[in-house]
Amino acid sequence: MAECGASGSGSSGDSLDKSITLPPDEIFRNLENAKRFAIDIGGSLTKLAYYSTVQHKVAKVRSFDHSGKDTERDHEPPYEISVQEEITARLHFIKFENTYIEACLDFIKDHLVNTETKVIQATGGGAYKFKDLIEEKLRLKVDKEDVMTCLIKGCNFVLKNIPHEAFVYQKDADPEFRFQTNHPHIFPYLLVNIGSGVSIVKVETEDRFEWVGGSSIGGGTFWGLGALLTKTKKFDELLHLASRGQHSNVDMLVRDVYGGAHQTLGLSGNLIASSFGKSATADQEFSKEDMAKSLLHMISNDIGQLACLHARLHSLDRVYFGGFFIRGHPVTMRTITYSINFFSKGEVQALFLRHEGYLGAIGAFLKGAEQDIKSKVDAGGLAFCFPDPNQYSWGENYAGSSGLMSTSPELGPAQRARSGTFDLLEMDRLERPLVNLPLLLDPPSYVPDTVDLTDDALARKYWLTCFEEALDGVVKRAVASQPDSVDAAERAEKFRQKYWNKLQTLRQQPFAYGTLTVRSLLDTREHCLNEFNFPDPYSKVKQRENGVALRCFPGVVRSLDALGWEERQLALVKGLLAGNVFDWGAKAVSDVLESDPHFGFEEAKRKLQERPWLVDSYSKWLQRLKGPPHKCALIFADNSGIDIILGVFPFVRELLLRGTEVILACNSGPALNDVTHSESLIVAERIAGMDTVVHSALQEERLLLVQTGSSSPCLDLSRLDKGLAALVRERGADLVVIEGMGRAVHTNYHAALRCESLKLAVVKNAWLAERLGGRLFSVIFKYEVPAE
Amino acid sequence: MGAGRLGAPMERHGRASATSTSSAGEQAAGGPEGRRREPLRRRASSASVPAVGASAEGARRDRLGSYSGPTAVTRQRVESLKKKRPQLLLAFISFSFLFPLQLPMSKSFFPWFGLDIGGTLVKLVYFEPKDITAEEEEEEVESLRSIRKYLTSNVAYGSTGIRDVHLELKDLTLCGRKGNLHFIRFPTHDMPAFIQMGRDKNFSSLHTVFCATGGGAYKFEQDFLTIGDLQLCKLDELDCLIKGILYIDSVGFNGRSQCYYFENPADSEKCQKLPFDLKNPYPLLLVNIGSGVSILAVYSKDNYKRVTGTSLGGGTFFGLCCLLTGCTTFEEALEMASRGDSTKVDKLVRDIYGGDYERFGLPGWAVASSFGNMMSKEKREAVSKEDLARATLITITNNIGSIARMCALNENINQVVFVGNFLRINTIAMRLLAYALDYWSKGQLKALFSEHEGYFGAVGALLELLKIP
Repeated sequence: MAECGASGSGSSGDSLDKSITLPPDEIFRNLENAKRFAIDIGGSLTKLAYYSTVQHKVAKVRSFDHSGKDTERDHEPPYEISVQEEITARLHFIKFENTYIEACLDFIKDHLVNTETKVIQATGGGAYKFKDLIEEKLRLKVDKEDVMTCLIKGCNFVLKNIPHEAFVYQKDADPEFRFQTNHPHIFPYLLVNIGSGVSIVKVETEDRFEWVGGSSIGGGTFWGLGALLTKTKKFDELLHLASRGQHSNVDMLVRDVYGGAHQTLGLSGNLIASSFGKSATADQEFSKEDMAKSLLHMISNDIGQLACLHARLHSLDRVYFGGFFIRGHPVTMRTITYSINFFSKGEVQALFLRHEGYLGAIGAFLKGAEQDIKSKVDAGGLAFCFPDPNQYSWGENYAGSSGLMSTSPELGPAQRARSGTFDLLEMDRLERPLVNLPLLLDPPSYVPDTVDLTDDALARKYWLTCFEEALDGVVKRAVASQPDSVDAAERAEKFRQKYWNKLQTLRQQPFAYGTLTVRSLLDTREHCLNEFNFPDPYSKVKQRENGVALRCFPGVVRSLDALGWEERQLALVKGLLAGNVFDWGAKAVSDVLESDPHFGFEEAKRKLQERPWLVDSYSKWLQRLKGPPHKCALIFADNSGIDIILGVFPFVRELLLRGTEVILACNSGPALNDVTHSESLIVAERIAGMDTVVHSALQEERLLLVQTGSSSPCLDLSRLDKGLAALVRERGADLVVIEGMGRAVHTNYHAALRCESLKLAVVKNAWLAERLGGRLFSVIFKYEVPAE
Repeated sequence: MGAGRLGAPMERHGRASATSTSSAGEQAAGGPEGRRREPLRRRASSASVPAVGASAEGARRDRLGSYSGPTAVTRQRVESLKKKRPQLLLAFISFSFLFPLQLPMSKSFFPWFGLDIGGTLVKLVYFEPKDITAEEEEEEVESLRSIRKYLTSNVAYGSTGIRDVHLELKDLTLCGRKGNLHFIRFPTHDMPAFIQMGRDKNFSSLHTVFCATGGGAYKFEQDFLTIGDLQLCKLDELDCLIKGILYIDSVGFNGRSQCYYFENPADSEKCQKLPFDLKNPYPLLLVNIGSGVSILAVYSKDNYKRVTGTSLGGGTFFGLCCLLTGCTTFEEALEMASRGDSTKVDKLVRDIYGGDYERFGLPGWAVASSFGNMMSKEKREAVSKEDLARATLITITNNIGSIARMCALNENINQVVFVGNFLRINTIAMRLLAYALDYWSKGQLKALFSEHEGYFGAVGALLELLKIP
């Protein structure tokens, strides 16, 4: 009683549009290196997926070959920076109307250069219809894939890899979209796909799923019956009609049956007793709008009811909805949500997916990749093998993805269609798989971000403006970081445009990329910088500051060692905090650093707020230090330069001296002036050369330097490098230190861990400081011990 | 009919709570077992319904002591009458004095009516006493006699009222009286005319209690009072439905079985309607298909709960048929449906996959998308009204079957009784329900039907009037 795919035959305009000119920079990017294709052709939209490689410039740091320490001179940089080309993998997904399919296939054929691909995986109702066209144009063999299998593979993939993929939809709420944090265990779940019919599938594991039921009353019923009743042919127009109708003119409501008595009976008079119950008469005309609305309610309610019955039977409380009936239509998301709430009495949650439209294409692509591996293995080896996408973690590239469409109600179907002509999604393959920090108290409820800017309009306004105002500085920095490049200024300008446009989009649609947060704004900026080959605009700044700080290290350590134990503990903490002032991401600081080249560690210490700090659990921390040493501390460092060298390392050194092992986690890739893992390796090596404590700790692996897997100025403890997680488990880490505004305030301020934690930061933003109840350069020192 | 109890939502109204309404009904809950999920099944209104099981003796004692009627319900009623209608009360009391010790006490209540006012149809059951003594006949007031003659000598009333003669239950003993039970229906929109007739025929002088259930008991209460000079005793429709169905099943159908099922429902040649002995009625899933649908899980005669309901019911079938085909009666809609071909309208699994969809074990003949073919202009132009009527019937019926099956699974019940006027003269729907339930449950579920499909609520109302223990 069900059907899964999109409607095959109900196409809207059958004539193919050949005149379209495609802007290749924007749409079929990296096509020349495309390695594998998949296509999902629905009733009106085509979704194309391909895997390609992207050549990136990356800044690499490398130690000089020192024959001896004496060669080091004061003005020599501590290490060299070189820009290299690196190849990374990217998945591209493009969604366009079926009318453009021929033009798009031509374009692909013309631009495809280096492919060894012979086959294209195809799914969706239209795959059959366009099979010949695809084979003729691309000279690739069409391999048809099962619609449902693709859909579920795609669904698993986005749920695992895209943060904030799923959302609940609340009509009239601000924001209408409430995104879900990624659940570490996505299985089991119920997927209700509303194509022309309805399929209800229970997904239990990656490969195991079961059709548990379905209904023939689905999108095709709305469309087909709607077309008969209203003489309106297009699905979008029918929805538009429905959004303007009054179903109570057509439906028999409880109040029609009970009269006014429903109130005294405690019944809602507006409940529908019988859909179309009032139309059982020959002597009345009904408006198209009213009938369409009644039909919409009838179908949505019916689907919601069945979904709830199935959810109950299988004891599931998460139901994902997809299919063309849902696809980005606020009207249907609204009625389905209402129905699920009604029938489950709030026990079941109706969830929608940001990339719902791409599931089939993603799944078909993954299916192809699996077959590739299998055939390679069968052929007797893995010599050159297409990498299995499921073995990797992937991240949404904000720079290359379109985000959710506007849902403003005044947008009629015509406008919608235009605005959504080409919709893009790009996923970058991450170097290493990402997992939860094992020390999270409750992974399912962990939310990295402290403030939800989709929710908090005031904060949103402030931060968007803040990022707009900082843009000039970032552009300048980017140009300055590549003095030898002829096109740096031009690329920087493109970067400015791109990021500016993203910020404007986010002003209009804060929900476009999931929950809007300071982190997502920062990450989007990093993605945009990367897009235009500015991999590390702060590399030179970091290099200089690391050099300066390294030279100060022995002095700082000497003066710390001269202090008594208790004084030293406070000095170490103050050092950490003062080091953290050196943050080029904070405008209040970068202004100072730009204007005063002599602003140093001591000056920074004077900027700090005096105790008692804004958040001050130092006494508790001191008390703790008087007790037995921690077994192992995991430290997330923030900035390069003074922060890591004069703040973090002395603190690390003290822990080591106490007998605590230390795992020092730094970013895998550059972000602002944050210290990267490779920089930390060089810095550690240099410090080891000056300090025996650090030296022996490194030798004996009591001090371990690891990468976080991230390139963000913030920290998502649910997406950390797998190796880090393994090490944390192996060493039995019992203390987590998180440093800096991005990691300890914008994110993780409320993160609950299973072990002791120390979150410290200097609030280098006046607005935020005020919001927290303090002033610029207020200090957060939050030492927490989990409840027994 | 179950229309009013369904709860299909409309999104504008906050958190819905069709079934979570007041638990005041608990006060009225009788019986030692209590009831499962009490708040689910009763509304505040049921508080006015007496506890079940009040014995005739108790009733008599009450009556003798207070002259206020046989049971609490009548007492309450009289209590309220006292305030509003003193002259009626006086008449009532004096009437009671006439037969203070005479049995059966119910004699004083003639005529015996049970009324179920649904969203589309009004169902009226009337007990015609056949054991009237000469003495009684003499005493029988003129208006009572005229009602009896009018109802029993006609099979149609006005242009829309119909007596289902074939359903008449003969030689029934009810409350010590012998007689025939008549089943009459007319459209709810003729309710005003009915009330007017009650006024014209001077019903109010009969001093009878009018027991009514269904949403219309509430909707028309005021009209009964102001126009017909009659006060209704409103009864919970689910209580009435269950009582009615259990009673009717117990008395059979003039020597035949009340309950039946279909053997080989999919095969026109071999399909057989066979009697079913409902000797172990519990647990039972009761699906009442009126304008909308109510689904009840029944565990014993007074332990049941409303499981869910859907707004896609008989009213939807008929309403959509009117819009799609221009038909004007339910009979016409069914007649058209019997001549149509739904596969021209619906998209089947085989239309999409060329055959069975093996990955999911779906047979090619299953409907993938109801009205799915109507997305295409060419196909819209190629279908007949009969095809559309058929598709509408199949769509609604399949959906009810599907929801009923899910409820049966969730409640762990394997016999499902379908009742309600949607099934009247609707063999197509019954056979489809029988087949679909059997097929999708792999033979685990049995669909049962009942001869008096739409009248149980009205019968239940009549029983309340008579207070049969």
